[in-house]
Amino acid sequence: MFDSSKIVPATPLNPRHRAILVGASEGMGAALARKLAKEGYSVALVARQKEKLAALCAEINQGGEICALAYPHDVSHYEEVPALLQKIIADLGGLDTFILMAGVNYPPGGNDKYNFENDRKMIEINLIGAMAWLSPVAEMFQSAKAGQIVGIGSVAGDRGRVGNPGYNTSKAGLHTYLEALRNRLTRHGVNVLTVKPGFVKTEMLKAAVGPTPFAIPVEKAVDDIYRAMQKRRQTIYTPFFWQYIMLVIRHIPSFIFRRLSF
Amino acid sequence: MRTTFTQLENFGHSLNAPAYLVKPRSSEEIYEAFKQAKQNGLTVTARGAGRSYNDAALNGGGIVLDLTAMDHILEWDSATGLVRCEPGVTLEILWQKVEPEGWWPPVVSGTMKTTLGGCLGANIHGKNNFKMGTIGEHVVEFTAVLPTGAEVVCSPKKNGDLFYAMIGGYGMLGIFTSITLQMKRIHSGLLTVDAYPVQNLHRHLSALQDGAPHNDYIVGWMDTFAGGSSLGRGQIHAAHYVHEGEDPNPQETMKLENQILPSRIFGVFPKSILYQFMKPFANNLGWRMVNLAKYVASMRKHTFRQPHAAFHFLLDYVPNWELSYGRGGLIQYQSFLPKETAEAAWTELLNLSLKRGMPSYLGVTKRHRPDPFLLTHATDGFSLALDFKVTDGTRAKMSAMLQEFDKIVLDHGGRFYFAKNSETTAQTALTFYGEEAVAKFKKLKKRCDPNGLLESDLFRRIFG
Repeated sequence: MFDSSKIVPATPLNPRHRAILVGASEGMGAALARKLAKEGYSVALVARQKEKLAALCAEINQGGEICALAYPHDVSHYEEVPALLQKIIADLGGLDTFILMAGVNYPPGGNDKYNFENDRKMIEINLIGAMAWLSPVAEMFQSAKAGQIVGIGSVAGDRGRVGNPGYNTSKAGLHTYLEALRNRLTRHGVNVLTVKPGFVKTEMLKAAVGPTPFAIPVEKAVDDIYRAMQKRRQTIYTPFFWQYIMLVIRHIPSFIFRRLSF
Repeated sequence: MRTTFTQLENFGHSLNAPAYLVKPRSSEEIYEAFKQAKQNGLTVTARGAGRSYNDAALNGGGIVLDLTAMDHILEWDSATGLVRCEPGVTLEILWQKVEPEGWWPPVVSGTMKTTLGGCLGANIHGKNNFKMGTIGEHVVEFTAVLPTGAEVVCSPKKNGDLFYAMIGGYGMLGIFTSITLQMKRIHSGLLTVDAYPVQNLHRHLSALQDGAPHNDYIVGWMDTFAGGSSLGRGQIHAAHYVHEGEDPNPQETMKLENQILPSRIFGVFPKSILYQFMKPFANNLGWRMVNLAKYVASMRKHTFRQPHAAFHFLLDYVPNWELSYGRGGLIQYQSFLPKETAEAAWTELLNLSLKRGMPSYLGVTKRHRPDPFLLTHATDGFSLALDFKVTDGTRAKMSAMLQEFDKIVLDHGGRFYFAKNSETTAQTALTFYGEEAVAKFKKLKKRCDPNGLLESDLFRRIFG
């Protein structure tokens, strides 16, 4: 862990938003961490892979000013969250934005394959792990009457499909949880943003089975997320045209959908 | 004790930091908060009325002790003028208690909303700094609870090292729990005020210097938009007490109702919404017009009598005036310069702000004298306080300009004041306080707070 006392102090002319990114060591998380640091945020990076996290932190901080701090943590260790959250907020000197990116995808490997162990892991990480963080964060933001929550869902959470029921369920659950938080928190001045990426060129995409049309570079997705954060949007798809694709898919009647191959 | 996670702001609304807010009512509860902090690995900062322009009462992610519930006057002796107060007593509560009986706080700030704990922490000065020094010079004794749980009683004679370090120590050594102050006798509820214009910076500073010995209070307003040969022009308000026998009816003028600032203009218009009407002027053009109009109005030399409260608490005339600066809020830049170098330094500094197109909207000058406190901001010279509006578009430019300001001030042997300045770096603070003073303060800090529990955002910026 880095010496937190050296983090750049915020002043009115150098205000420094403070963000926590959970699931920051690679893929979209790492790219968003770089982007936020570049935009003048102080970021706390939380992820399981210690070495990757330390390397990312060192890369962001190499300019001289310390604006990224690393916190190794496994999101399935729920009981660690409250104390860790408290420590991070003290180290950052506050919290403006909480970003939940941690997620795993273990496809069962075929439309006739079932794997409870993998499904359970996806729920434990993608959903319960998310709730373990989001719940205390939401409580704090509600009390402070300020803040922003960003959750990374997926287009895969919009319908249950034949390919990966466990993943679909974990993301659908996350969408619903974020929606409920939005309904609770908007009246307290807190913004809750649900991001639903389509296909983004990350490690996770390599695990995907079947075609992955319209895949975009991770930097493009991160720019979309950053813009939505600044505009305090509610829900976005990235790239944007997935909202039209998903609009159609969401409205396909079940008697047709259950005959489709995706 | 209830803890609430709350978003706190500085007075200028230019910074925010959420913290666990605790509202203690006794020294036991303050110590309780220290224990909680230690258990949870958190730090603690004291907060009074939250009237500091910077980060002195903020502690992002830590515990903030809101001391406003400890607002009782514990003892008041109208024969001797000695008053013992809890730290959350505001100047408003204090003067309203003592003034009707013929006393006035010896040192007050430009607003009456500040708490005594905050006033001592920053070791505030008033428009009489050249004569009466800082508020710390009128503290007879105080009691404070240290993070170790120890309760210390300090006076200039008893625990003198702590006395001179905790006053002006911004709450980083311990938390005041009771403060004994000596009030000043007054013989009328009114002050005699002379108002006269000054045409340039040289005359401005000469007027402050020459006027001070003959007056009890002196303050200058500066038209911060005027350049060239008019640079530093403005208006002086010099005031002196009405002496015994000069007021035919002191009982009447000292009555509270003759002191209290009216809450409505012309008896009808509520002042609480006045700041909304200032908003359209909160830009370079608007404030240029306001400054010009004020200077033109000030060209008439006149003398008048004014209640104490009306003379001192100018900042309370328009409630919430700081909100008129808009979303980015405002910052204040106050520099203290020796009398020999002030003119040169401020000529440079004011010209720079005009050249950069970022003039201050409000400038206030005062006359000062040195004081014996460890972390002192005062000097035998003058101060100039400048208000700046903060916007997203000007932050970076203004930050660069203020770094240049700091350099000008340091080069001329100047100092800064941490109730005000928000951009000062640790290096700058070390330069003007001097390594010896900082080392001495840190040593005392180790002694009073061995676990480093007392920390504010200001402390981390300056001593971190």
